Amino acid sequence: MANDDLWILGINMTKFGKHPDKDVVDLASEAAMAALADAGVTMADMGVLAAGNLMGAAAGVGQQLQKQIGQTGIPVFNVANACATGATAIRTVIMAIKAGECEMGLAVGVEKLSGAGMLGAGMGVAASDTWTPTGRFGAVSTLEGKTGTDMMPGVFAQVGMEYGHKYGGTSFELFARISEKNHRNSTLNPLAAIQKDMSLEQIMNEPMIAYPNTRAMCSANSDGAAAAVIVSGEKLRTLSSQQQKRAVKISASVLTSDPYEEGCQILPNVNTLTRLAAKQAYELAGIGPEDLDLVELHDCFATAELVHYDNLMLCPEGGAVDFFNSGATWRDGSTPVNVSGGLESKGHPIAATGIANIWEICHHLRGEAGPRQIEGAKVGLAHVIGLGSACGVHILEKSGL
Amino acid sequence: MSNQIPLVEYLVLGDEPHLVANECTSCGARFFDRRNACASCFGTAFAKVDIPAEGEVRAFTIVTPWMPGTEPYVPAVVDCGGTSVRGNVVNTTPDAEHVTLGMKVRLTTVQLGADSAGTEAIGYGFEPIN
Repeated sequence: MANDDLWILGINMTKFGKHPDKDVVDLASEAAMAALADAGVTMADMGVLAAGNLMGAAAGVGQQLQKQIGQTGIPVFNVANACATGATAIRTVIMAIKAGECEMGLAVGVEKLSGAGMLGAGMGVAASDTWTPTGRFGAVSTLEGKTGTDMMPGVFAQVGMEYGHKYGGTSFELFARISEKNHRNSTLNPLAAIQKDMSLEQIMNEPMIAYPNTRAMCSANSDGAAAAVIVSGEKLRTLSSQQQKRAVKISASVLTSDPYEEGCQILPNVNTLTRLAAKQAYELAGIGPEDLDLVELHDCFATAELVHYDNLMLCPEGGAVDFFNSGATWRDGSTPVNVSGGLESKGHPIAATGIANIWEICHHLRGEAGPRQIEGAKVGLAHVIGLGSACGVHILEKSGL
Repeated sequence: MSNQIPLVEYLVLGDEPHLVANECTSCGARFFDRRNACASCFGTAFAKVDIPAEGEVRAFTIVTPWMPGTEPYVPAVVDCGGTSVRGNVVNTTPDAEHVTLGMKVRLTTVQLGADSAGTEAIGYGFEPIN
C-alpha cells in the first residue's frame, strides 16, 4: 500500500428504525465504539473526530459523544451538510489525514427521526394581520404550497418527472417497480428499519404522498447511527495482518455542490453535482462504472433512484429506464443497486446515511454480508445527496492485502 | 377594486399579470429573488425582464396534503420561453389524467384573501390552455 492511500479500518452501523430508549448520544456511542472495536483501536489512537447530527446541528454532537466515550483533546469538527452530512464527516477526516495532521480519525453520523413526518425547507414568513412583504422574494405569506413546494417528497417527485419529460419511458408503475426491488432487497438486511417484501400492487396502493411516489416509495424516517475509523496507508502498514486484510481501500472520496445551470434555483438540480462527483471519483480511482460490483445510491424516493443511474453513469445518458428494465440493478443483475434495501426500506436517519451506505459496501468487500453477500465483490460505490445541495461519492476497493 | 398586493415581488398585477425576473446584464442568467450577485458569472448588475405568461409543464407532482379535508395541489416547473418558473397548476382536476408533462399552460392569478386593512393578497398559478 502507498503511504498516501486512505483506508477504512473499522466501520459500523446500528440497527435503523425506532429507538425510543436511546438518545442521539447513545446511538452515536454505540456506532462509534463498535467501529473502534471493529478496527481494533481505541479513542487514544484517534487524531481527529468529525461528527454530524443534522437535526441538532448547533448542539455539538462530537463533544457530547467524546464526553461519553473518550475525551482526549483532539480537534472535533461538527459538520452539517443536509443528507450528505455523514459523507461530509468522512470527507473531513480524510482531509485531515491527507493534510498530514494525523494518521487516524473517527467519523460519526447520527439522527433521531422516527415519526418526524415530511421534511422540507423552512416554512418562511411569520403570520401577521397585515400583508407585509418579507424576505428575498418580498413574500407576504408562506410560499409552501402556493408557488410549488419545497417539501422533499414533492421536490424529488418532480426530479423524476422531469427526467421522464426529457427522455420518456417513465410511469407511476416504473417508479413503483424500483421500490419493489428495494423492498425485496430489505428482506435480507436485518439492520433495515422495514424488512417487508411488498408486491408492486401493494406499493402502488399505498397512500399517495406526492405523485408518483406513494408512502412505500419514500425513505423511511428512522433513528440510527453509523461510524467509521479511517487510517493512512503509512499507519496501516504498521498494524496487524488481520487489520490489513479487513481494511477497505478508499479509492476516491469526492464532495461537490451544485454548479449553476438554468432552472437550478427553481427546482433543485440533483443531476449536475452527482454527475460531477461521479466523474471526479472515477478519474481519481481509475475505475469505470462497468467495474462496479455493487452501488449504494441515494434513493430518498423511488423517483430519485432512476435519475442517479444516469448521473452515476451506470447507463448511457438518457438510458436509465432501459437500464432498469433490463434487470441490471436487481441483486442478480450486472450492477446491483441498493442491495441493503435502500433508504426506502433500510431507513434514512439523515446524518448516518452517508456512512451507513459505505458500511454496506465494506460489508460486501470484506465478504461479511451473509445471505445478501454479492459474491466476489471487489469494488463498490456509495453515493449520497443532500438538497441545498451537496453530493458525496466514495469508491471503495477490497483490500487485496 | 380594493387594494391588492402581490404574493411575491416578482409578480406584477394589473391588466396583464406577469412575472418579472432579475436578469444578469453580463450573462443573462435570470433569478426571481433579491440578488447580491449572479450565481453563474458573479456579475453584480441586473435588469428587470418580463417573463412570458405562457409556457409548458416540464415537471410536476401532485401533493396529498396532511390535513384532512384539503385538496391535493400540483407544484410544477413551467418552461416559460426558456426561463424556468415554479408554480402550481390550477383550474384543473389535480390528477395525472388532467395534468401531463409537456402540457401548455398560462399564468393566472389566485386570490389569497384580505388582511385586517382590507388589502387582498394575489398569488399566481398556471392553468391549462385548452
